[in-house]
Amino acid sequence: MISAEQITVTRDGRNLVDNISIELKPGQFTVVIGPNGAGKSTLMKAISGEMEPDRGTVTYHGTDVRLYKPADLARRRAVLPQAIQLAFPFTALEIVRMGAVAQGALNPTEQARQALSRVGLRGFESRPYFSLSGGEQQRVQFARALAQVPHPVADGLPRALFLDEPTASLDIGHQIAVLEIARDFASAGGAVLAILHDLNLAAEFADHLVVLNHGRVVAEGPCLETVNDGIIASVYGIAGAVGRLPAEHIPYVLPQSRER
Amino acid sequence: MKTLAMPFRLAADGDRTHQGAIVLLLLVLLLVAACLVSLGSGPTGVGLSELWAYLTGNTASLSDQERVVLEAVRLPRTALGLLVGAGLAVSGAMMQGLFRNPLADPGIVGVTSGAGLFAVIAIVLGGTVLAPLSALFGSYFLPLMAFFGGLLNTWLLYVIATRDGQTSTTALILSGIAIGAFAAAFMGLLIFMADDRQLRDITFWSLGSLGGATSGRVLSILPFIVLVMAIIPFVARGLDALVLGDAAAFHMGIPVQRLKKIVIVAVAAACGSTVAVAGSIGFVGIVVPHLLRLVMGPSHRFLLPGSALGGGALLLIADSVARTVAAPAELPIGVITALFGAPVFLFLLLGRRGGLGMRDAP
Repeated sequence: MISAEQITVTRDGRNLVDNISIELKPGQFTVVIGPNGAGKSTLMKAISGEMEPDRGTVTYHGTDVRLYKPADLARRRAVLPQAIQLAFPFTALEIVRMGAVAQGALNPTEQARQALSRVGLRGFESRPYFSLSGGEQQRVQFARALAQVPHPVADGLPRALFLDEPTASLDIGHQIAVLEIARDFASAGGAVLAILHDLNLAAEFADHLVVLNHGRVVAEGPCLETVNDGIIASVYGIAGAVGRLPAEHIPYVLPQSRER
Repeated sequence: MKTLAMPFRLAADGDRTHQGAIVLLLLVLLLVAACLVSLGSGPTGVGLSELWAYLTGNTASLSDQERVVLEAVRLPRTALGLLVGAGLAVSGAMMQGLFRNPLADPGIVGVTSGAGLFAVIAIVLGGTVLAPLSALFGSYFLPLMAFFGGLLNTWLLYVIATRDGQTSTTALILSGIAIGAFAAAFMGLLIFMADDRQLRDITFWSLGSLGGATSGRVLSILPFIVLVMAIIPFVARGLDALVLGDAAAFHMGIPVQRLKKIVIVAVAAACGSTVAVAGSIGFVGIVVPHLLRLVMGPSHRFLLPGSALGGGALLLIADSVARTVAAPAELPIGVITALFGAPVFLFLLLGRRGGLGMRDAP
């Protein structure tokens, strides 16, 4: 439904994204991993239509993204950016409501309430945004993105959710909760593209994993094929860490092994 | 700061739509009252009872002089105060939204001095170098010139103080000082060239007054203010989204660059045209939106129309005070607005916990 073909983004003579082709399919949870500066956020900006690639094209349902009006694009995909700070005292509800308005909701206030309770922030409606903790602010922004695309499929067309480090500054419980909402969105027919730093979470949730390094795709495919010692060592410089238990005196917590 | 930002929260469910509507209604009442006070006060002794007789059509009980005072003096002055106050407050609110900064005010950041400079250029050079333009635009020449001064200034300021969609408070205020100093220097040069009649006009501009109100002046700024009020519904949602940043606003379907251009032109139109007819009246653009955010929240859906109503009311009240405290003499209205506004501005600065730099790198 959304595909990037051979896109390259060049800034100051460097290729931040170097000839990448990627396709987001309905029903698929795509996760991008890679070290700092690998070009993950730039790739997401190019695919979401925010940044025009220097070469290559991005298409939504076969149509070049540049031909979409911002308002039409807003009904097809929502974006959760990294931390946002505000200069004016909006309440949590008012922030989320903006997402519902962008989608053209008939009752944006009610839709905003539902989105807030989906991310576990019922009762936070009247809280000023800047009085919330970093993690709560992040979840308010996630609720705003959800309010913008409340239905994974609408008018017969799948919607997309772009999440740039949705788990940053969240505790492990909320990290899982947020990613479960995103996975539900995908399994109901939407497309999800998320940038994650936590490899364990990426391994659990990704249907399709894309490993970036220096602006290039190093590996992609199902997690079992992409998360292996060779790739992790070449990209992150950490050898022998995949699928092995740590030394006995170090406790470890793996989200994948939680009770369900 | 938290409690300051939201002193009363009628809406425990976080939805301030009703609150906004109620405050708008109260502002309409306040504005009507302010209009009556403005029409009914002045040094000539034509008071509320005469005004009442006039408004109810009972004109027989009024002397010719009283009728002339009401029609030729009070009415244009009240209309002018209403338009100027509304224009100043709305341009302040829009500018704060554009710069994502509650301290942006056309007066403080130098847009008023830029518009004033162009107004003075129009006065001094209107008879010589710019005579053809002056003849072409007639009574719109002065407001148009001030509008272009304001436009140039707002655009310059945006280019200087904004990087990657973020505006630094320090850069804003410092460039305001620089632009103000430049405008003052240039104005000094023009004063040097001006004749006596032009000098009087220039002095009037630098102090700010509604004293020169005529129906001609009212008509000359009316189209500018009407234009600005008319675009409010089209920019309010965009300015709300812009609070989250350029990228987030784009993600929510706002054509960000177009919105910014429209707002810059609107700010220049409102600020420039008011400067052209009433001189530089400070602080209305910062005080009114700030007070309104406290009672109705920061959403531009309510803040922009509220600022129009509140700005009109505030300026009419300030003008009534200016006309009566030292009657029959008249205080410059800029004195009243600054006495009230400067402390509010300082208070705003104090409320920013880290001082000026706090939101420099959000």
